[in-house]
Amino acid sequence: MSYSEKVIDHYNNPRNVGSLPKGDTAVGTGLVGAPECGDVMKLQVRVNPETGVIDDAKFKTFGCGSAIASSSLATEWLKGKTLEQALEIKNVDIVQELSLPPVKIHCSVLAEDAIKAAIADYKRKQQDGQ
Amino acid sequence: MLRFPIYMDNHATTPVDPRVLEQMLPYFTDRFGNAASRNHSYGWQAEEAVDVARKQVAELIGATAKEIVFTSGATESDNLAIKGAARMYREKGNHLITVVTEHKAVIDTCKHLEKEGFDVTYLPVKRDGLVDLDRLRAAITDRTILISIMAANNEVGVLQPIAEIGKMARERGVLFHTDAVQAAGKVPFDVNASSVDMASLSAHKMYGPKGVGALYVRRRNPRVLLTPIIDGGGHERGMRSGTLNVPGIVGFGKAAAICREELATESARVTGLRNRLSDGLRRELDEIYINGSVEHRLPGNLNVSFAYVEGESLLMGINDIAVSSGSACTSATLEPSYVLKALGTSDELAHSSIRFGLGRFNTEEEVDFVVQKVSAVVKRLREMSPLYELAKEHEEVKIRG
Repeated sequence: MSYSEKVIDHYNNPRNVGSLPKGDTAVGTGLVGAPECGDVMKLQVRVNPETGVIDDAKFKTFGCGSAIASSSLATEWLKGKTLEQALEIKNVDIVQELSLPPVKIHCSVLAEDAIKAAIADYKRKQQDGQ
Repeated sequence: MLRFPIYMDNHATTPVDPRVLEQMLPYFTDRFGNAASRNHSYGWQAEEAVDVARKQVAELIGATAKEIVFTSGATESDNLAIKGAARMYREKGNHLITVVTEHKAVIDTCKHLEKEGFDVTYLPVKRDGLVDLDRLRAAITDRTILISIMAANNEVGVLQPIAEIGKMARERGVLFHTDAVQAAGKVPFDVNASSVDMASLSAHKMYGPKGVGALYVRRRNPRVLLTPIIDGGGHERGMRSGTLNVPGIVGFGKAAAICREELATESARVTGLRNRLSDGLRRELDEIYINGSVEHRLPGNLNVSFAYVEGESLLMGINDIAVSSGSACTSATLEPSYVLKALGTSDELAHSSIRFGLGRFNTEEEVDFVVQKVSAVVKRLREMSPLYELAKEHEEVKIRG
């Protein structure tokens, strides 16, 4: 398996590894994938309540180098975006940016799912809070 | 001085020993003859060299020279043994027994025979990777003609109780084939002590060249007959036609002779290295699991799962070490190793597994480097793993609760 330079860079220098407080109402958490499939991604966003803009994003990933790179890239892209803009991030954008081979496309799909799950969790919290 | 990448994948293949290469070289140039040429010295020279090699290979496994059939490698040997015996003894019965953890060369050959109308029993293994002898005994019927069970597994290094299996097969009048590719030259292996009727061997797993293997075919008590799978000039007593790969065979012979001479000291040394690796990793890391029996195991094998870390990402982090992973993130099905699954290893831990294969040219210095490197990368990846985080949270809850 040969990886693109960008995948290797994200693997060696992952952006935004870590966790945000799950209980915080400003934080949305997405946990997708399954360990038995070899991929689990946890992606979190913190939304500024005043502006509605994502001001922080963190991830933790169990998976191959492409899965790590996909989630690392996703957190980079999420910062500074509104929720609507964030939902426009598609897996094909990740595939293109990281030059993922066909066998690794599922990693990008998982990253897109993680973004959606994190935002859905955030929205649920806002509704529950009202 | 360390040379990178450090090679610890000796179950996949081994480098040719310089002593083997030296022996082979003249047979590419000056002594290029065809061993089947009867009319000149080039042919005689080649034939003589093949005779010496045949004896060397035979001596490694306690056989006689006439019982060695040279092939292109162990995949061909497995095919010849299983298809050849099944087709030869079809009148006697149509039932074969093998084990789910066999190499694909055996499993796929059996599947092929199923299409030809044979019945095949694929026995499960116990948690430690060993076949359950009671289940094997119960599986034998009066229609069983062949049992094929490997001597040592290529992924987890588990040694099957082949002497007991051979005895059982002999008592029931069933032929016993063993894929001895990983075992021969690494642990004592004697076809008579283990009542083996056929054994597959490969040169490149014992510091010989690629593209040459052998099938041991018993000639006495009982005399085993095989239907050939390759027709042609009737080489190898009609069992395997095709011009002999003389340089390869010469190398195979020399490789076998070295293995035989050095087996006792080498197996002790390699076991020492393997234990050093295992102890070192366990000192540095918690939650690592060795797959397969520790007691019944090849000297050079360590198959270990690093919980919470996916194997392929681990390989990426240790790219200055050549090993292999039980994870198969690239396959469409995302199926991890079928061998580990057969041992009852969870998919999660199978995805987290690495196979270390130590061999003749590994050193303590290399092992120490590997321990440090692997431990550092596992720790880093665990810090990035949501599963590790969840497990730690769970532990805290348990402690508090």
